[in-house]
Parts: sequence; structure tokens; C-alpha cells
Amino acid sequence: MDYIGEHLLPGKLGHFFIILSIVASLLATVAYFFSAQSKNPTDSQAWRKLARLAFLTEVFSVFAIFSILFYIIHNHLFEYHYAWKHSSRSLEFKYLLACFWEGQEGSFLLWTLCHSILGSILIKRGGQWESPVMTVLSFTQFALATMVAGIYIFGWKMGSNPFILLRDSGVFDNAPGMHINFDLAQPIRPDYMQSIKDGNDLNPLLQNYWMVIHPPFLFMGFASTTIPFAFAMAGLWKKQYSEWTRPALPWALFSAAVLGVGIMMGGMWAYESLTFGGYWAWDPVENASLVPWMIGVSGIHTLLIYRHTGHSLRSTYLFFILSFAFVLYSTFLTRSGILGESSVHAFTDLGMNWQLTVFLLGFVIPALVFFLSRLKEIPAVQQEENMASREFWMFIGSLVFFLSAIVIIGKTSLPVFNKLFHTSIAPPEDGEFAYNSIQIYVAIIIAALTALSQYLKYKDSSREYFWKKMTIPAVITLVLFALFLAFGAIHYTKKGPVFLGAIWLAVFCSIYSIVANAAYIWLGVKGSLKLSGGSIAHVGFGMVLLGILISSSNKEILSNNIGGIPAPLAAGEDPRENLTLVKDMTANMGRYSLTYLGDSAHPKKQLWFYKIRVKSNDGKEDFVLTPNAFVNYKGNMGLMANPDAKHYWDHDVFTYITSIPNPQTAKDTSTFKAYNRRAGDSLFYSGGYILVQELKKNDSVPEELFGKDGNLYEVPLQVHSKTGSVYTVKSKLAHARGAWFSLPDTLPSESLVLQLQQVNDDKSFELGVKESGAVMKYVTLKAYRFPFIRLLWYGVWITAIGILISMVRRIQLNRKITRSA
Amino acid sequence: MKKIHIILLVLIAGSIGILLTFLKTASTYDTIETAMAKPGKFVHLMAKLDKTQPIEYDAVNNPNYLSFTATDSTGKSVKVIYHNAKPDNLELSDKLVLKGKYLDGLFDCKDIQTKCPSKYKEEQARTGGTHPGNIPVK
Repeated sequence: MDYIGEHLLPGKLGHFFIILSIVASLLATVAYFFSAQSKNPTDSQAWRKLARLAFLTEVFSVFAIFSILFYIIHNHLFEYHYAWKHSSRSLEFKYLLACFWEGQEGSFLLWTLCHSILGSILIKRGGQWESPVMTVLSFTQFALATMVAGIYIFGWKMGSNPFILLRDSGVFDNAPGMHINFDLAQPIRPDYMQSIKDGNDLNPLLQNYWMVIHPPFLFMGFASTTIPFAFAMAGLWKKQYSEWTRPALPWALFSAAVLGVGIMMGGMWAYESLTFGGYWAWDPVENASLVPWMIGVSGIHTLLIYRHTGHSLRSTYLFFILSFAFVLYSTFLTRSGILGESSVHAFTDLGMNWQLTVFLLGFVIPALVFFLSRLKEIPAVQQEENMASREFWMFIGSLVFFLSAIVIIGKTSLPVFNKLFHTSIAPPEDGEFAYNSIQIYVAIIIAALTALSQYLKYKDSSREYFWKKMTIPAVITLVLFALFLAFGAIHYTKKGPVFLGAIWLAVFCSIYSIVANAAYIWLGVKGSLKLSGGSIAHVGFGMVLLGILISSSNKEILSNNIGGIPAPLAAGEDPRENLTLVKDMTANMGRYSLTYLGDSAHPKKQLWFYKIRVKSNDGKEDFVLTPNAFVNYKGNMGLMANPDAKHYWDHDVFTYITSIPNPQTAKDTSTFKAYNRRAGDSLFYSGGYILVQELKKNDSVPEELFGKDGNLYEVPLQVHSKTGSVYTVKSKLAHARGAWFSLPDTLPSESLVLQLQQVNDDKSFELGVKESGAVMKYVTLKAYRFPFIRLLWYGVWITAIGILISMVRRIQLNRKITRSA
Repeated sequence: MKKIHIILLVLIAGSIGILLTFLKTASTYDTIETAMAKPGKFVHLMAKLDKTQPIEYDAVNNPNYLSFTATDSTGKSVKVIYHNAKPDNLELSDKLVLKGKYLDGLFDCKDIQTKCPSKYKEEQARTGGTHPGNIPVK
């Protein structure tokens, strides 16, 4: 059958390039394998030539797939399921890339694209390591290429194809309107495209510039962990157990910088546009990407130990293998749907879990078996490390960092544990504290070690040297810490004195880490920036820790709604963080006062901006924040809020909307409509219905107010809104001194004014109902103050810069050695 | 044995200890019936919103008070109190994970996770609905 209005060529090309990329990456793997295995240099070169050709074909295919899919999204070809599902006509150009990698298929493509770039560099610079390393990388590419294959093999779905047509995707299976004669048994109507006017759009929460840049960094980080892993495998394979460490080091550094930045960009995104009121929540998705980074960083440190002393080579192997293994594990966790219960932002299950499991185990088990079988051959120094040496403490640090990563991933793996052992263990009451209570001690140890070990030399260091150099930074730290005590301090008593003490100690150690490492740039390497990459990175890391400690433990809830609640809080009860602001009425919240000034709408989207004026009571701060929210956006019913923050050098003020009045009731009709009703009747208003209850007459009213024969009628009204909320309102009508007075009752959240207007002799009565948008405008929000959060963000960048300086230096050193050889 | 090996063993033992302690502090997934059987204990209650019962939430009076009735597949139901803003998609959810404690006839909820009908199904329904002549098939 011919369908009208479809563009099939891009899809056909896409399918072709997907198949080509699978074949080419497999061929590259095989050819590189023989090139690496071949003892005969001519054979080896011939294989390598073929392998390069195959790999570059693969690179070309990946770029082609990428471009075609982008073309489809950009031109709104909704006959393709991917474009229909993830984009829409109204989507701004800048978010087209974001919707590209919103789906699993697109993010797999992004990952292969990063591998392609890294592989191309390896072809140019790999030298003797090209063939074995590229064998591993090509095989990874092959495994990833099958993830977007979309082929059924003996009933097993292999991969999910991004070029699948909407009509083949199963979306129409229950849509009779899309079938001939409205009969599901019939084929799909040839003119079905006429009904597909627009796509489903990008999830509004993902319409954020961080969604455009965070995934490329993260996937480049993921992809780059493959390279040290591939070098480690190559070393085992070629039995050159030591030589691979030199070229692998810059790659490992690159990986740590990019992955680290990628992860923290996710944190910045969460902070700026999601509404859990922070940048890190120990969510499984966050943990799963943090763990490979931590293990990779441990690997860099053991590798440095090995380069300088010959110790720790075996641990270096293990760490690089596991760093990559946990990238695969993270892929499995986030894409298999296993996190369904425990994570808020994992992908949904695409029905290819068997493939993800094979991907994970197919790499990890052979790699570990290979490593263990050759473990004895890997050289190790039998002599014990000197306790006064840098390597001893560096190793302890790496080990603590590594084990801390294992503890994190162990806790994160609870859903996997449940699945494997058929248990149903749920996370503990305070999930975040379960992590914080352990990781605070890791922070203390790591911060202290990064400071101390800089002033130790490899192999052995004399006591005089250590103490002489140590004195200045230690004194500066003590002074700074005293200043910190005097001016800031931390009063985080929620978790008891032990945890508070740990925070204090961690603050001290991070200040010490910053000072000692900064001082080392002058004391140790005489101000040579080129040589101080490590120190700079440690300064940055110390800042990250300090920023986390201060901003989290001194986070202040500005919308702390203690005053507004009729029932007082019991001791130890959580503060109630939501605050309702009625338009133009200022709420005084201790240090700040908040006023809701009004709202405005986005010209094209169902997006509202709420203006909140924040004023500090000392008069120093006065600004307007405009948190926004998507309201009932394209079928995504409800509220999707984005926060807004004002950044000061020493703190941020941060707010987001948690609830708004039901917009359906906000229509304005402004006059009282009269309804005659009796007890038990009901009446409707635009936002729901009202149940009328028994009318009561009260004769015993104070005579001085009502006069003689005065009385008070009262009818309880039960208001049932469409959203399910129920309110009880008592409408009253007073008969006083011969006249009738209605006492209207306002229901602000439903924009409803109700009054009893008249009571008839037959016990029926007249009710007046006024619906008005102008009754009361309000928003409910949460507001926080995060002190010194900038330390964290700057720390991230400084860490990355430090690591990259080290990387450049290592590349230069390697070149020098190659040239002299 | 080298010093470093002793440290290694101690640290690994420590890590295993931490993970085992974590399992001990962990909570459980419960139905309303089993949650009621252990009052005061923190549980993950798997339930859904009882749409026949009213939801009480009035942001102007108290934005930190939400109350509704939850029910589950066993047919039991319980009144839930949540001291926070109402999750915007509560009414649309087909499943709720309520984290909190049952005490004195009420479920005091610390955190609500709403599970909406999978986006896919929603799309199917909507695609079908967009066409004007779309009549349900007998």
C-alpha cells in the first residue's frame, strides 16, 4: 500500500547506515584483532590498513545516522516515531538536539559518536598500541551499534531502531481512527498522515539549555572510560604489563575531567531547573555515573604511584577495568527500567534488557577473568611501602575513594538485589542521610590526604622536610578556620552531635586541602603552573567539598511556614516548607519578606512566569525572581515548575512554585447568579459542584445586634472541586432589625464566593454564586537560601582545569620520550 | 603481612559492615494491611488514590496539609496525611508509593511518589482520540 505524505528516503538511508555501522565495526574488530595478533609486521600492517578503513567507515556511518536523524527531527517528519515522540513543531531550534538525546536510541548514538571521535584520535596517535586498543574500542562500538539495530533474532528484540515509522511502531494498534473503516483488523489508512499534525514534544522539564550540553559531556565522559580500559586490556593481551600505563595516563586524565564536569553539569541542571531543592539527591541515576568517575580517579592515582615507584600496578588494572565496568552497569541500571520504583529520572524499559545484560556481563566477566588469569604475571614490588612516603598515603586515599564508590553503588543496587534474590527491601527512611552519614568520613579522609601527601615525597621523605613545609599551610588553615568559626559556623543539629562534629571536621579538612594544595604551587613546584596540575585539581576538589558542606548544612528554608499553620509543630517535626503568597500581600519570613507581584504568560506555550519580590529585612537585597511553570502542558496534566535563583557571591536565593490555584476555576463571571435550592440538592459551578445541606435557623441571637425577632439562617455547603478537593463553607443570612443581610463566604482556592440570599416559606432558599478570577490570586512556593554554593561550581571548573593541565603535561612528556627513543 | 594489607582488610571489612548495616536500616514495601500491622514503623506503602473519597487541600488556609484516602488491591483503605504541597498529578496517578508511618488510624506520609499511566498508553489513547470519526469498536 502507498501511504500519502510520507518521506521514506531518510529512513531507508538510516537503516542502511545502521547495518553498515554494525558490519563495519565488527570488521574493524576482527581486522584489528589479527593486526594485533600477527607476528609478521607486513601482515600486521595489511590487517591494520583494512581495520582503519573499516573503522573510518563506521565513523562515517555514525555521523550519517546522526545527521539523518537530526534531519528528520528538524524537518518535523512525524511519520517517524522518534520525531513524533520526542519533538514538536513549536520546539525551539536550540532544543532540537535535546530531544535528539531524550530517547534511549539518540543517547546510544551520542555515545558511539563520542567513541568515533576518540577512536579517530587513537588511529592518529596510538602508535604501537593502536591495534590492540582499537580492537577493544571497535568491539564496544559493535556492541553499541547493535543497540540501535532494531532487528528481531529468534523472537528476541535486538536494539531499538530510531528510524522506525510511526505506523510500524505499534502506536496505532488501539487507535481505530487510524485504520481503514475504523476497524483495527484492517490496515492503516493510506492518508493517516493527515491526522498527525504535530509531535508529542520534548518533556517540558527537559526544555532547558543544560539538557543540550549536559548529555554530550556525560557521554564523552562515559566513552572516554573505554580508553584506559582498552589500554589495560591491551597490556594484558600483549603481555606488556607496564608499557601501556604511559600512553593511558593522559586518556585517564581526560576522562576524569570530562566525566566529572558532565556529572556536575547534571547537578547544575537539577539545581537550576528541577524542583527537589538542590543539586544532588543521591538518586540512582546520579550515583551510577559518579561511581565510574570515582573509580577512574582512584585508577589515576594508583597509576601515578606505579609510574613513580613501581607499586600498585595490579590495583591500577583493577580500577580501570571496574571504572569501565561500572559505566556499563550504569547503562544497565538507567536503561533497563529496573529503577522504576526508586529513581525519578531513569529511562523507561524498551524491552531489551537481555541485550543490556549481555552487554554488561559480556565485557565485565571476560575482562575480569583475563585479568585474574594473568594477575601473577603483572609485576609487583615485594618491598613494603615506607609510611613516610607519598605513595603509601596516596594508595590509602585511592583505596578509600574506591571502597566508598563500591559502598555507594552497593546501596544504589537495592532494586537489583531485590530482583536477584526475590526480596522486597525498600530504601531507608532518610535515604540521603544513609549516604551522607558515611560519605562525610570519606570526605574528611580524602581532603586530609590530598593536603598531607603533597608534602611527602615519593619513596621516602625526611621529617624535617615534611614539618618545615607543612607549618605555613597548617597555620593559615587554623587562622581561616578560626575566622570561619567567628563569622559563619554551622548549626546543623538535625542529625545529632556526632554528625555535626563530622561536618566541622570535614570543613576543617577541606579548608586545609585548599590551603595546602594552593601553597604547594609555590612551596613545592615554585609557582610553575605547568607542573601544578595536580595541586590545582586538589584545590578545586577541596572547594567542591567545602561548597557542598556549607551550602547543604546551612541551607535555609525561607518559606518556613511555622506561623501560618493553625496547629503548632510538634518537637522534631519537619518544618513545613510550602508558603502560600496571596497577590500583593507581603509575607514576612524572618530574614526576608516575600511578595507575589503577579504573573505573565509565554506568548506561545502554556508557560507561566510568576513574579516574586524578595526583600531582605536588612535592606541589602531587593530583587524579583520569576520562577515559571508549565500548566497543563500538551496533555501533561498539572504543574511542571522550574525554579529561579538570584546569585550573590556568597549565597543564592532560590524559589520555585509548588502549587497554583486550579486554572479552570480562574475564569471570571463576576456577578452573583441566583439558584433556588433545597437541602440535599446540588448545583454546579465551573470548577465542580456544590452539595447543599440542611438549612438551620438560629433564633437565639443577641438582641442588641439583631433587634427583636432577629434570626440567623445558616446553610452548610459542601464544595466538591473537579480536582477532588472538598471544602465546607457555611453561608449565612441574617435577619436583623427587619432587614436581610447576606454574609458571603469566600473560597479563594476555587475563586468562589457563596451567599445565602433569601429563605422562602417552603424551606427552599436562594443561593448566590459568584465565580471570579479576581477573588484572590495566589501561588504556593518554596524558597531557600544556599550559602556559598558558588564555591562548589567554581571548584568543579578548577578541578577540571587542573586535571587538564596535568593531561597536557603528560602528553608533552610522552612525546619527548617517543622522540628521544 | 604488610601494613598495607592489614589496612586493606580493615577497610574492606568496614565497607561490608556498612553495607550490611544499610540492609538492616532499610525499610519494606507494604500493602495497607501489612502497614497497619506495624504501626509506627517507616514503610513504603504501595497503593492508589481512592477517587471516590474527597481530597482535602486548601493552599490558602494551609499549603502544608493534604489529606486523601488511599486504597490498594486488597480492598483496604486508609486516610493519608501529607504535610507538603499536593503533588500536581495526584489525581492522574494510577499508582502511589507512599513513604511514611501508620499510626492511630492515619498514614502519616513523608514523601509521595506518583506513578502516572505510562506515557506510551496515554499517547495511544490520544492518537486515537484526535481523529474526528473515532468511534470505539464493539
